[in-house]
Amino acid sequence: MIPLPVEIARQAERIADFARREELDFYPTVFEMMTSEQMSQVAAYGGFPQRYPHWRFGMEYERLRKQHTYGLGRIYEMVINNDPCYAYLLNDNMMVDHKTVIAHVYGHCDFFKNNRWFSATNRKMIDEMANHATRVRRYIERHGHDRVEAAIDTFLSMEHLIDPHSVFMRRQSEGRHKPTGAKQPERETAVRFPAKSYMDRYINPPQRIEDDRQALEDRETKAKTRFPARPQRDVLLFLLQHAPLEDWEADVLSIIREEAYYFAPQGQTKIMNEGWASYWHSTMMTNYILQADELIDYCEHHSGTLATSPGRLNPYKLGIELLRDIERRWNTGRYGPEYDACDDMSTRREWGKEKAPIGRVIGRGSPGREKIFQVRALYNDVTFLDEFLTPEFVEDQDLYHYRYDPSTGRMVVVNRDFYKIKQQLLFMLTNHAQPYIYVMDGNYRNRGELYLAHHHNGADVEIKYAVETLKQIYRAWKRPVHLNARIDDDPILFSFDGQKSSQQHVDESIDPPANQF
Amino acid sequence: MILQINNDHQRFRKIVKGRIRKELRKFLTRSELLGREGKKYISIPVAGIDIPHFRYGDNSDAGVGKGDAKPGDSVGNEGDVGPGGTQEGQHILEVDVSLDELAEILGEELQLPRIQPKGKHRITSERDRYSGIRQSGPESLRHFKRTFRRALRRQIMSGLYNPDAPRIIFERADKMYRSWKTILSPQSNAVIIYMMDVSGSMGDEQKELVRLEAFWIDAWLRKNYQGIESRYVVHDVRAGEVDRETFFRIREDGGTRISSAYRLAREIIDKQYAPTEWNVYLFHFSDGDNSSESDSRECCQLLREHLVPSLNMFGYCQVASAYGSGNFINVVHEHLNDVEEVITSRVNNKDDIYDSIKTFFAPGR
Repeated sequence: MIPLPVEIARQAERIADFARREELDFYPTVFEMMTSEQMSQVAAYGGFPQRYPHWRFGMEYERLRKQHTYGLGRIYEMVINNDPCYAYLLNDNMMVDHKTVIAHVYGHCDFFKNNRWFSATNRKMIDEMANHATRVRRYIERHGHDRVEAAIDTFLSMEHLIDPHSVFMRRQSEGRHKPTGAKQPERETAVRFPAKSYMDRYINPPQRIEDDRQALEDRETKAKTRFPARPQRDVLLFLLQHAPLEDWEADVLSIIREEAYYFAPQGQTKIMNEGWASYWHSTMMTNYILQADELIDYCEHHSGTLATSPGRLNPYKLGIELLRDIERRWNTGRYGPEYDACDDMSTRREWGKEKAPIGRVIGRGSPGREKIFQVRALYNDVTFLDEFLTPEFVEDQDLYHYRYDPSTGRMVVVNRDFYKIKQQLLFMLTNHAQPYIYVMDGNYRNRGELYLAHHHNGADVEIKYAVETLKQIYRAWKRPVHLNARIDDDPILFSFDGQKSSQQHVDESIDPPANQF
Repeated sequence: MILQINNDHQRFRKIVKGRIRKELRKFLTRSELLGREGKKYISIPVAGIDIPHFRYGDNSDAGVGKGDAKPGDSVGNEGDVGPGGTQEGQHILEVDVSLDELAEILGEELQLPRIQPKGKHRITSERDRYSGIRQSGPESLRHFKRTFRRALRRQIMSGLYNPDAPRIIFERADKMYRSWKTILSPQSNAVIIYMMDVSGSMGDEQKELVRLEAFWIDAWLRKNYQGIESRYVVHDVRAGEVDRETFFRIREDGGTRISSAYRLAREIIDKQYAPTEWNVYLFHFSDGDNSSESDSRECCQLLREHLVPSLNMFGYCQVASAYGSGNFINVVHEHLNDVEEVITSRVNNKDDIYDSIKTFFAPGR
């Protein structure tokens, strides 16, 4: 590690003071200096100095090195959600780059600390990751590199199959084994209304009581035989609890699951997080930090970060613009029923202009500023766009909707329709643009087979990948696995029984799983 | 500094090599490789090194873009047509592999034996060159400039440097020393002489086969010899020496007299490559349609009496042409069956290259 030059340490202190003055609230932040090679390693490891050994990090490293060598991309900054926050600076950057990055990093740190979706993440993740690495290395020593690597490959192919909301609502106990001897919940009994003894026969007729009891019993036995009791989204947890895994395999699986949960909020808040950090580097650089001779370099850096290319929406750009839009709207009072009801475009355009003249920044203490602080605490990308994307914003930002045109084989611009754009954006962000997969039955056809289903919301799963993934899941479950997925509006059951893959149309002849959506 | 990631990177490279090995047969027929000869690294697209997971398929190919565009305009470059937006692309990875590694894979997969270089001049000369730098060493080798620079940098960073009264004091950690590397230069010399029939019956398709085959022969021999020379001879009724470019591009008409090429090869070897000092490899590509039986017989005689004694190996590769395969290969079989330096193979299409190379360098030779 290259020691952090005093000048940069001093600047970091100074910028932290500005950030605090702007009411940012962050964990202590440690900056470290790195060569581009070290940076590529850390970036390949997802920002961490230590990860368990796996070839995919090597693949990422090769990609990043090549990208760097050919000048196609440059990692300016990396920051880890941890207490203290760790951030890395690239040693061959210019001073103005360092300052911009530092300001940007404080934005991220504030976001990590205050956004609700991060509240359940482990803040000692650097240590935890190192522990994971040690554990996996120990398994490698004991069981051989190839076996452990194959297990990791298997589990990684399911790493998206978690339930990111479950950290906020405990749906069921986690551990591998069900707790025994714990107090059973009281059994439900048939309702008996209070009644005087001579009236009891009429108020609680024995026949009704008997029927109720019977119905309850039926329901209970049914729930008991249903496994899982309801469709379960956390496939990894299901496997962890019920798949016939060796202890070390289960531990590797729990490591991968834990890391997936740790990274999930970062995927859920990409636009907001980057937008927030960019908002703050921009605000602080232009208000406090920038010196005249650094202006051009800063502008180049900033516009490079926010640049959009056709067909690829830049999260930095979308995030910062939307935050600024919210700030402007709340400063000018462009919200609430009265504003929403107004359908005269020119009135809307002039709404509250006197409160915030264009070109004047209204900073700390303004209603707009307060609003965006609230937004950064409570929202994730989906709710952020769902609530704050307005037709005016879409028009201002020149957004359009495109889709694949099978006749020309190209991506073609469709139109600038607000609802289409919004729907598309939300679709792309929902569940990380991953299909929803649920465990429907863990004892399918009473043969211990695993039955998964894709909850269809407009897009089919990719068949080739699904078939390959089923093979991987089979390696964990060790009994036949099935996936029910809708392909071109046709329900298809994909299966893998350890020997061959098959697919068939779902109809009456096929046994239904224990659960249905 | 050794980075931790190197282990993971090695692991990844191993997987890539495994993939290339698995698809070697397909890989040997890739003509894109040609034209990259002479470069140390070849970038190879390797598909499907990926961890499968459930993901959306084709009907989710849509997205949101930003900027000037009218409905109907296409988005992005012509190049990256296909999944965009929500998709991660098809994971075709360009991996740089050195020719050496490729040749090694070729060797392992075809189970080619390592070639035993012959010749008495197999002396390896050693030479030290002061080309490296390291942090320990005798004071006499101290690299003053580097040491000074490090000391200066350390002092600036730690705030000890005073530009008005610069005083640079070395610490132990600043000192850098020159270091040497020992360079081994083995003296085993080898020459490959490629001969090709360019008579009217050899079309572009045949030449393509020859090029591919020659590329891999070249790669394999280069792996085994440090210093290697290549010579190129083309012939119809007369033979002439040409350069590499011409060898692969030339198109001539006319009949075929193979003996002309063998005579020229003999001349080249006699003049420049004494068999005592050189490992000589001779390859001949033809469609086997020689002008006369008597000339074929003459060729065999030339081979037996003059060429084979000074060769490590003579490889004859008969490619199928539009006019069918000629008879020359049978004549060679008939007359030189007992000479183990002579190896023949037939290549009818690209898929045969794999087997052809295997025959040429099969174990036991």
